[in-house]
Amino acid sequence: MYDKNKILVGLAVFVVFMTYPFWNNIGSAAYKRPELEKVKMAKECVEGVEFMRSEHMAMLNEWRDEVVRNGQHEYHSTATHRVHAKSLTKTCLKCHENKDKFCDKCHATVSVSPYCWDCHVDPKGEKK
Amino acid sequence: MKTMRRNFLKIAAFAALGWGVRPASQLLASAGAEPSEGVLFASRHAVHAGPNSLKASRWAMVIDTTKLTEKIMEEVVHTCHSIHNVPEIPGKQNLKWIWEAHMDHLFLEDLHEFQPQAGAKSALALCNHCDNPPCVRVCPTKATFQREDGIVMMDFHRCIGCRYCMAGCPYGSRSFNFMDPRKHLGKTNPDFPTRTKGVVEKCEFCAERLAEGKMPACVEVSEGAMVFGDLSDPESEVRKLLAERFSIRRSPTLGTKPCVYYLV
Repeated sequence: MYDKNKILVGLAVFVVFMTYPFWNNIGSAAYKRPELEKVKMAKECVEGVEFMRSEHMAMLNEWRDEVVRNGQHEYHSTATHRVHAKSLTKTCLKCHENKDKFCDKCHATVSVSPYCWDCHVDPKGEKK
Repeated sequence: MKTMRRNFLKIAAFAALGWGVRPASQLLASAGAEPSEGVLFASRHAVHAGPNSLKASRWAMVIDTTKLTEKIMEEVVHTCHSIHNVPEIPGKQNLKWIWEAHMDHLFLEDLHEFQPQAGAKSALALCNHCDNPPCVRVCPTKATFQREDGIVMMDFHRCIGCRYCMAGCPYGSRSFNFMDPRKHLGKTNPDFPTRTKGVVEKCEFCAERLAEGKMPACVEVSEGAMVFGDLSDPESEVRKLLAERFSIRRSPTLGTKPCVYYLV
C-alpha cells in the first residue's frame, strides 16, 4: 500500500471532523421543551395539542394555499367541529397573542426561522 | 445544383415540422372555454366562496369621472393604502394600488385637446383586472393568477420579483418593493399582511373584503363615484350604468379587455 501514513492521517482527521458534533455535545444539557405561554381566551385549539405541535407548519402552508389560490377561507376543525377562519392574524394570534412568548420560544430553541413575519404583522410586536 | 436541391428539401422539412408544432402551442395558449383561457398559461382558479361572501361570475368596476372630486380621490387613495399597508416612499420607488392620474395619461387614444373644459381633468387609476391579463401570461411562477370571477390575484408567497408582470402590464398598475416597505409605513393594519422586499404588488379588488361580504374599500368611501358589481348580470348596478351612460376603457385596442369602465 502506497502512502499508508498519509491515508491513515487523512482518515483520522476525517473521522474526528465528522463526529465533532457528537463529542462536542457530550455533557451539555439535553433538549428541553420550552415553556409556552398558556392561552386564557380559549380552552382548545383548532386541532389537538399533539397534532398542532407536529403539524402546524404543514397546516399553515395548506391554509395559505387554500386561502390565496382557491379562496377557501373556512377551516372545519376535526377536533372541535367548529368553523374557524384560515388566518394567522385573525385566528392563531387572537389566542396566542404574544409571538415572542409562543412562536419564538420553540423556533429559537430549535433554531428555525420561518419567514411568516416578514410580511404578516405581529400586532403586539409592532408597538415595541 | 444538386446540393441546392438537397438543402432546399432539408429546410422545407424543418419548416413543415415547425408548423406541426403550432396546433399544440395554440392549444396550450388558448384552449379553454373562453378564447382568453389557456390550458397552461392563463387558466383560471376556481373560487370556493364561503356563505357570507359576495359572489359574481365577472367582477367589474365603473368609475364616474364626473362625480370624482379631489377630496374623494384623496380619501379613496388614503383608505386603500392604509388598510392594505401600502407605504408612501418619496421618489421613483413609491408603491401604489390606486392613484390619481390625468385624463390624458389614462386615455391615450380617446381624448383630444378640444374636449369640453368642464370635463374631468383627472380620475383614479387602478388594476383593470383584465379579461386577458398579460401579467398572468408572463408570470413564470404563477404568482399572479386569475380567478374564475375575473379578479387578477397576487400570491405574494410565490412572487420571485422578476418583474415580468410589470413589463407586461400596459397600465402601470404594478409596483415593486425595492426595499423593506415596513420602514415607510406609519401605521400598520394587523389584519392585512405587509409585503417584503422583492415582491410585486397591486390592487386585488379587495378580494379579502369580498370574502367577508364587504364591498371594496374604495367603493365604500367614494360617495357613489365608484360602483362595483357583476358584469354578467344584466340587472346589476354596473350593467345599468353602462347601458345608460357613455363609457370608455383604458387602451382597449391592446386586447387586454380591461374590466374597469370610466363614465365620461
